[in-house]
Amino acid sequence: MSITADGYLNGTRPAPDELLPSAVPVRFVTEEGTAADAPSEYAASSDDRLGEAYRRMVVARRFDQQASALTRQGRLAVYPSSRGQEACQVAGALALRQQDWLFPTYRDTAAVVSRGVDPVEVLTLLRGDWHCGYDPVATRVAPLCTPLATQLLHAVGMADALRRRGEDAVVMAFVGDGGTSEGDFHEALNFAAVFGAPVVFLIQNNQYAISVPLAEQTAAPALAYKGVGYGVRSEQVDGNDLVAVLAVLDEAVEHARSGHGPFLVEAHTYRLDGHTNADDPGRYRDEEEVRRWAAADPLPRLQAWLRTRGTLTDQDIDAAQAEAEALAADLRARIELDGPPDVLEMFDHVYTHPTPQLNEQRRSLETEVEGTEA
Amino acid sequence: MGTVTMAQALNAGLRDSLTEDDRVLVFGEDVGRLGGVFRITDGLRDEFGEQRCFDTPLAESGLVGFAVGLAMGGFRPVVELQFDAFAYPAFEQIASHVAKMRNRTRGRVPLPMVIRVPYGGGIGGVEHHSDSSEAYYAHTPGLKVVTPATAEDAYWLLRDAVRDPDPVVFLEPKKLYWSKEDAGLARRGAAPTGRAVIRRPGLDATLLAYGPSVPVAIDAAVEAARDGIDVEVVDLRTLVPFDDETVTASVRRTGRCVVVQEAHGFAGVGAEIVARVQERCFHSLAAPVIRVAGFDVPYPPPKLEHAYLPGVDRVLDAIHRLQFDDQPDVRHLAREAS
Ligand SMILES: Cc1ncc(C[n+]2csc(CCOP(=O)(O)OP(=O)(O)O)c2C)c(N)n1
Repeated sequence: MSITADGYLNGTRPAPDELLPSAVPVRFVTEEGTAADAPSEYAASSDDRLGEAYRRMVVARRFDQQASALTRQGRLAVYPSSRGQEACQVAGALALRQQDWLFPTYRDTAAVVSRGVDPVEVLTLLRGDWHCGYDPVATRVAPLCTPLATQLLHAVGMADALRRRGEDAVVMAFVGDGGTSEGDFHEALNFAAVFGAPVVFLIQNNQYAISVPLAEQTAAPALAYKGVGYGVRSEQVDGNDLVAVLAVLDEAVEHARSGHGPFLVEAHTYRLDGHTNADDPGRYRDEEEVRRWAAADPLPRLQAWLRTRGTLTDQDIDAAQAEAEALAADLRARIELDGPPDVLEMFDHVYTHPTPQLNEQRRSLETEVEGTEA
Repeated sequence: MGTVTMAQALNAGLRDSLTEDDRVLVFGEDVGRLGGVFRITDGLRDEFGEQRCFDTPLAESGLVGFAVGLAMGGFRPVVELQFDAFAYPAFEQIASHVAKMRNRTRGRVPLPMVIRVPYGGGIGGVEHHSDSSEAYYAHTPGLKVVTPATAEDAYWLLRDAVRDPDPVVFLEPKKLYWSKEDAGLARRGAAPTGRAVIRRPGLDATLLAYGPSVPVAIDAAVEAARDGIDVEVVDLRTLVPFDDETVTASVRRTGRCVVVQEAHGFAGVGAEIVARVQERCFHSLAAPVIRVAGFDVPYPPPKLEHAYLPGVDRVLDAIHRLQFDDQPDVRHLAREAS
């Protein structure tokens, strides 16, 4: 086996018939928590790993609730909730190994926490203290990205860098349904395919881009089809079925890792809360729709599934809940412990060596600050 | 010492950068097989292989965003955007990520990368091939903005840019690509990135210019000497960081200043320079600081560009308006009144 200069195993790009997504979203578990007719090309995880996923989903849900509460108390500047999208958030983190990279959006804080990054540092951006609180190099998590779809190109570049360095690592990049209309989404798919970059794109189709519903975003039969034209293998999955999301992402990561190029996954899911705390979702969607999706909540679904299989005990459930409470308590305790940031820091990171002009401006602000303090 | 063009100097700068550091990658549209539409990357693909010098799909945002990821992943990308006006699709990546990555990550993710852009007019290009886009980049904190006016500077500024830990927008005055110079490249120029250079010393007035306007300024200074006015010409070379020190020292010495730029005048780099000069040199100034710039019109078609481009006559005219004779500038005032 050899990965060639263009990034593909033995120089072979996927054939057209290998690119097409399933006609209906891949699903392992029904909304009632019973077995669905799953396609055979994907393998469900072990019960152990699914138990781990359950634990992480409980923590992710609690983290999200805590962050929303902190926002209501005015302790975060803004918070885009991912409640309802935990299967995607957790499966994304779980499918990656330590050496892999994650390129998240502003909505993917739960995934970043699930990857093991300190929740306080994950919320630095949304607290308004600095733009990125964690160390991207140490955590292998790129900064939460706000300009839509722009991070997808960085992910492709990073994947190409890893390939060039011969590292056994892949990149996963998240994007929303709205983000798939941006030029950078298309440029990223194209670059990834041409260079055979080991990158997995995960579209969390949560049905809305702020207020704009999917039908006004695209006329594609499913967002997963957008990969096909670029030569990217694509799949669609029930995004509220963790077993399915994880199975497809495992396959996608392996596909990328083994030199078969990029992989696009569309996960059909739903954001149960508003776009952010500042949003008024009642203006663009009705209660009935929200109720329907609430019934498809990924968390009770996985719980029911694991209960039926007899691999999740009351004790496990209590332990997961206790872990989640501990994380929330820790978050509340530490969120403002370090006080407001130093205003002079805004001059520190613009360039490696500050310009004479920045030094001058720094001194002037310093004098101003000293004046107010005196 | 032989003759060298700026295009050859840039080519040599890229070649030596690729040789010096394995992490350097050169890519863009048509830079591989073709060697670039201006042949700046000529021969590099053959010499260093398609892993080091390669073509990308046609997408400017794509190739700059891709470069961001490569830089995050430990490489030193040098990308070519084919023309000034075709760099605009990449502007979001440049303004939102290239310029900000280091800052938003508190210094943890520096982006050592170079974005080369052939810019400016004077080559008879049809529309979208002659923009002077420096103000957009210079206005964006986090970017360094460099523009050479000589072959020797082109070589060394490019070498510096590739070694720089921060992103550099490297603006190449395309009308100077083929101007020949009697200079070797082995000789290190007087000052590094961030320092302006005095191209011609003078006592009566300072002409500040950069990139394509430097030869115009020098020609104007030669003409002015015939009228008995001894003009100093400063080549800024780097717009960001700006060399206030050299500029201020020169204007304080001469007491008079004209800024020349090919770009539209309104809200341009020249406007910033005039503001800085009057803030720092007010008591040394014997006359208002004057700008000579392109008109505030979209860059004109080739048959009109001679009338758009600030040439020697317009610069001379500005020099003569510097109130050497202590008389109000009647001609100019009359023109404004009409
Ligand atoms: C380039 C760009 N345009 C507009 C915005 C403003 N904006 C922020 S989120 C958003 C909707 C994005 O929807 P989607 O991609 O579906 O992701 P979701 O928020 O649903 O997770 C918009 C328009 C932005 N952040 N970036």
